[in-house]
Amino acid sequence: MTLATKRAITAYTFLALPLVFFICVRLGPMLYMLVMSFSDWGLLRKQTRFIGLGNYVTIFSDPVFLQSLGNTMRYAIFGAPAVIAISLSIALLLDLIPKGKALFRLIYVLPYITPIVAVSWVWRWMYLQPPLGVINELLMAIGLPAQGFLNSPDQALQSIMAVNVWAELGYCTTIFLAGLQTIPKEISEAARIDGANGRLLLFKVTLPLLLPITLFLTVMEGIQFLRIFTQVYNMSFQAMGGPLNSTKSAALYIYQKAFTNFEMAQAASASLVLFVIIMTVTAIQLKFFDKKMNY
Amino acid sequence: MNMKKPKPGTIAAYLVLSLFSIVMLFPFVWMLSSSLKDATQIFKLKLFPDAPTLDNYRYILFSESSKFPRWFLNSAIVAVCTTVSVLFFDSLLGYTLSKYRFPGKNIIFMLIVSTLMIPTEMLVIPWYAMARSLKWVNTYWGIMFPGMISAFGVFLMRQFMQTIPDDLIDAARVDGRGEFMIFLTVVLPLVTPALATLAIFNFIGNWNAFLWPLIAASKPRMFTLPVGLANFSGEAGSDWHYIMTGAAVAMAPLVAVFLLFQKQIVRGIAMTGLKG
Repeated sequence: MTLATKRAITAYTFLALPLVFFICVRLGPMLYMLVMSFSDWGLLRKQTRFIGLGNYVTIFSDPVFLQSLGNTMRYAIFGAPAVIAISLSIALLLDLIPKGKALFRLIYVLPYITPIVAVSWVWRWMYLQPPLGVINELLMAIGLPAQGFLNSPDQALQSIMAVNVWAELGYCTTIFLAGLQTIPKEISEAARIDGANGRLLLFKVTLPLLLPITLFLTVMEGIQFLRIFTQVYNMSFQAMGGPLNSTKSAALYIYQKAFTNFEMAQAASASLVLFVIIMTVTAIQLKFFDKKMNY
Repeated sequence: MNMKKPKPGTIAAYLVLSLFSIVMLFPFVWMLSSSLKDATQIFKLKLFPDAPTLDNYRYILFSESSKFPRWFLNSAIVAVCTTVSVLFFDSLLGYTLSKYRFPGKNIIFMLIVSTLMIPTEMLVIPWYAMARSLKWVNTYWGIMFPGMISAFGVFLMRQFMQTIPDDLIDAARVDGRGEFMIFLTVVLPLVTPALATLAIFNFIGNWNAFLWPLIAASKPRMFTLPVGLANFSGEAGSDWHYIMTGAAVAMAPLVAVFLLFQKQIVRGIAMTGLKG
């Protein structure tokens, strides 16, 4: 046996168990889901038959599913850009100050590492109606009308989205700040000597140099908001995605189909739809930024 | 260095950043304040309670009827075991995929990394079917098995392993050490910073995980802390002083980890972003 063969055998020995893991716990289940989405698999049914596209017909004629898809898109379309815009502004401000960067950053990252379940309940407490909710009391103290927040079908989605924006800001700010710090000082100094003012420097030098990071974060945050589940589960009454399904995300719909109604196959179909949406949105973002970067 | 007066822009930046800090911190402050109030004070919206009390913590942590200690233990077991497993397998995988030459290497790497794109929401249904038929529901293994190896960690460790000089490994081989011993005694000590980053992020991720532990455990004694907190809070009605205390208890270990390892955490976040 040659040395190379011996090494290859060692390598495969090291890889054997993990490969079994990735096949049995990741790829296999994924394929299983794909196949089962064409069946009538349900935990309450004895036999499973194949019913073609039946599940897809069922879920797409379910107004609640369509609403959950719409809600999911709203979370992503408004939530992700909000995170990017605010965290970029904060990072630019942090880059300006000579001292205290680390302390501010520490404060901003705290929500990102704390359990979403815990912060969801804290916000739920703060969002309560007057005279119990502290946010409404603060609003009224400065002469503004009290808001419905989680109780209002028109505001509940935005209220949950705001919590996720709050939680994700620290992550993006940290990455933007790290990116800003990799921009060589010579570049901005050269631009200044050439007569560029602050605004020109920002729009013609700094922001273009941050474009790859912005792309990465937009994709990451887009995916994060499209998959929103824990916040909705914990911030809507009895984890139902209400009021009137106004906050129900696709992930919560999938969970309820599978683990409340036990319609596993319908849940499988819905999860494949969500997967395709995530992939499509990611591809569109990559394409959009690709064009922008080729100037 | 110029010691001139700070520019008005800098002062404005400090002002905005400080105001923003209040927004970021207020929910935590309000949670702590509420957790120090009793049932009669909880609805008086005062930042500083008139008569702060630790009774809520006594109730959550030490009362007979409270399941929080058990949930705390469950979360600790799950987070520690998965983290140890991830550290071992991910570094072994990262090492093998960067330092060995064998047929199929790139395909295997692509296969592993491609699993990163599969969202958990999709996998929990087959995982549940699997756990049901193998009788893993309501067991620690059932909660832990999907997280025993992390594809992201493999990616991260492979990057780090590539920085280890081949000469070091070859020298150890000349010494006659076995391949696995080389990995344990020569390679692992060289990548401890990467291991630390991976350990911290994995611990945080598993401590906070919600969707799968929610499905994998139906009996309260097998809940992890987030699942237990969600369940407890859903049933607590208007006992907001208990809910806020539960939330504070669920956060405490993470805030401790965060304060102890803030440098590694910030560096880790920056690294995932810049290398992505």
